[in-house]
Amino acid sequence: MSSANMSDAPPSPDTIVSIRNVSKRFPGGVTAVDDISFDIAQNEFFALLGPSGCGKTTLLRMISGLETPTSGQILIDGQDMSLTPPNKRPTNMVFQSYAVFPHMTVADNVAYGLRVTGVAEDETKRRVGEALEMVKLSHLAQRKPDQMSGGQRQRVALARALVKRPKVLLLDEPLSALDAKLRDDMRMELTRLQETVGITFIIVTHDQDEALSMATRIAVMDKGAVQQIATPAELYEHPKSRFVADFIGKVNLIEGRVVSKKPNAVVLDVPSIGKMEMATKDLVGETAAIAVRPEKLKITKSEPKDAKLVKVKVAIRDVAYYGDTSDVVASLPDGQDLYVTVQNESREGGSGVERGDKVWMSWEPKDSLLLTE
Amino acid sequence: MAALLKPGQGPLDYGKRRWLRAVFVAVLVMLYTPILVLIAYSFNIQNRGGIWKGFTLENYAKAWHNSDLMSALLNSLSIAFISTIFATVIGAMVAVLLWRFRFPGKAAYEGAMALPIVIPEICMGVAMLLFYARTGMMTGMTHLPWPLNLGTPSPSPTSPCFPFVAVVVRSRLVGFNRQLEEASKDLGASEWQTFTRILIPYMMPGLVAGALLAFTLSLDDFVITFFTSGPETVTFPVKIYSMVKTGVKYEVNAASTILIVITIVATVIAMKLQAPDKAGH
Repeated sequence: MSSANMSDAPPSPDTIVSIRNVSKRFPGGVTAVDDISFDIAQNEFFALLGPSGCGKTTLLRMISGLETPTSGQILIDGQDMSLTPPNKRPTNMVFQSYAVFPHMTVADNVAYGLRVTGVAEDETKRRVGEALEMVKLSHLAQRKPDQMSGGQRQRVALARALVKRPKVLLLDEPLSALDAKLRDDMRMELTRLQETVGITFIIVTHDQDEALSMATRIAVMDKGAVQQIATPAELYEHPKSRFVADFIGKVNLIEGRVVSKKPNAVVLDVPSIGKMEMATKDLVGETAAIAVRPEKLKITKSEPKDAKLVKVKVAIRDVAYYGDTSDVVASLPDGQDLYVTVQNESREGGSGVERGDKVWMSWEPKDSLLLTE
Repeated sequence: MAALLKPGQGPLDYGKRRWLRAVFVAVLVMLYTPILVLIAYSFNIQNRGGIWKGFTLENYAKAWHNSDLMSALLNSLSIAFISTIFATVIGAMVAVLLWRFRFPGKAAYEGAMALPIVIPEICMGVAMLLFYARTGMMTGMTHLPWPLNLGTPSPSPTSPCFPFVAVVVRSRLVGFNRQLEEASKDLGASEWQTFTRILIPYMMPGLVAGALLAFTLSLDDFVITFFTSGPETVTFPVKIYSMVKTGVKYEVNAASTILIVITIVATVIAMKLQAPDKAGH
């Protein structure tokens, strides 16, 4: 990633994890992580988000020490971790499969990390009690894992990691094995826990909703590289590339040809819509894309009066009803499909349009974004 | 129109075909009748004609009071016990090695580890006898008082037994979630702590099952112990063989029945332990 994005990183005094030019190549020539650098600040809830195979889990495992970088350095609290094995690092991990020890009771599972490092038994007891209290499992302390639900096992894994008081808690797809209802509860629970314990959380996920709702900052990864690091709102409203715009939420990308350049703006020729002037500070090549989120598009039966709006006549191709909203697919004259989210405001009529309708679609220029990458 | 199938002609109707049933019963009879007869006659009143004279437990009492037979049994149990410990430790180590690591020549190593199963026992017995004789262990140890006289035969059945332990333990390890090991290290445990506190407890059913299997195999081992024991140390199977040579006594049946019972009990426990557990892996 270019150095321009690294400057997004927080200032160094409160940096807890510093990733410096880290690469990981597996034997056989697969590059899982390709020269990544960024910092994570103390007390952040940081998400590594990306499609499967983007290198996010490999990066998390390198922070934990379970994987060693081919090149580059990882610093935790200012200390180079290159030669530190996982059992000596101030990090603890919640595994995707939870990895709760099946032959131990819940209390023994939580106590494990303290006992193997020689913490006195009375202190162990006290800390295990506190940790179980924190994840609300005190009443199940003597249970074996095979008598517990997935959600409960997950809490055991959490308590077992938190009882170690790590500087950084690593969570590998922690919610992926839970059912939808439990996932929502656990999401809030994790946010609450992070605020209570005041430990930096780094979570790996492929689910954008998970990342957006929990994280304070998100690194979007693709093909072993970081595409963008930003807060959830910034990522959603100001994606830097087509990939990020497309990965975070739904987006309509309308490609156009650059016809003239002005300082801080370009004029695009867009098929079906015509010439459009878009503000931009980036260097623009021959082509660029206009990105508009589905909920920023308006559908009207007659041509909107407001001259500032971008408007185009479209044909409705499909309508999917979701209760509170409907997803409408509308075709531009040149055949490209745009996705529109319509609020179903009245009880009758739903989205108000039907397949085959010819309607006007419009949006405010400030709600769209020029993407060059 | 498709012809209707007669009973017994359907693809899964094997059990209804008469000739198949007959073969099945014949095989069972051939295999188990001799053993059942042996057990039945262990309760027969001693006679020369081999006819049923009546039920008695006298043969068991005789076997019990036959001090040669009992010392042979004690020898066999001791040998089996010691070789089981060796076989279990080596077998478990082989299993962990094959499960855990990738290394050049792994296929060849794996084959070499399974070889003792197929090598004729007579060859192994001769080889061990020559080894013990050449190194002077044969003459040096076999005259010592019990249990030192078992120094040569005790480690011997380890060879043919440990591959079975390795197979059983390895099949147990296949179900192991590697993240448990990573979690243990992540929580601060060393390699050794992870091995003793996470991996060994997980392997335990496999270890016990493998050990019981090794125990039964070496308990009734005839050839290898015969070759490696030296002239004065007699093991149970060897003793029974020598008793049979001098005419059939029903106390031999009694002793054999005890051996069968020990073997079956150990095997049943081993199989129970190997059955998929409810923990869900």
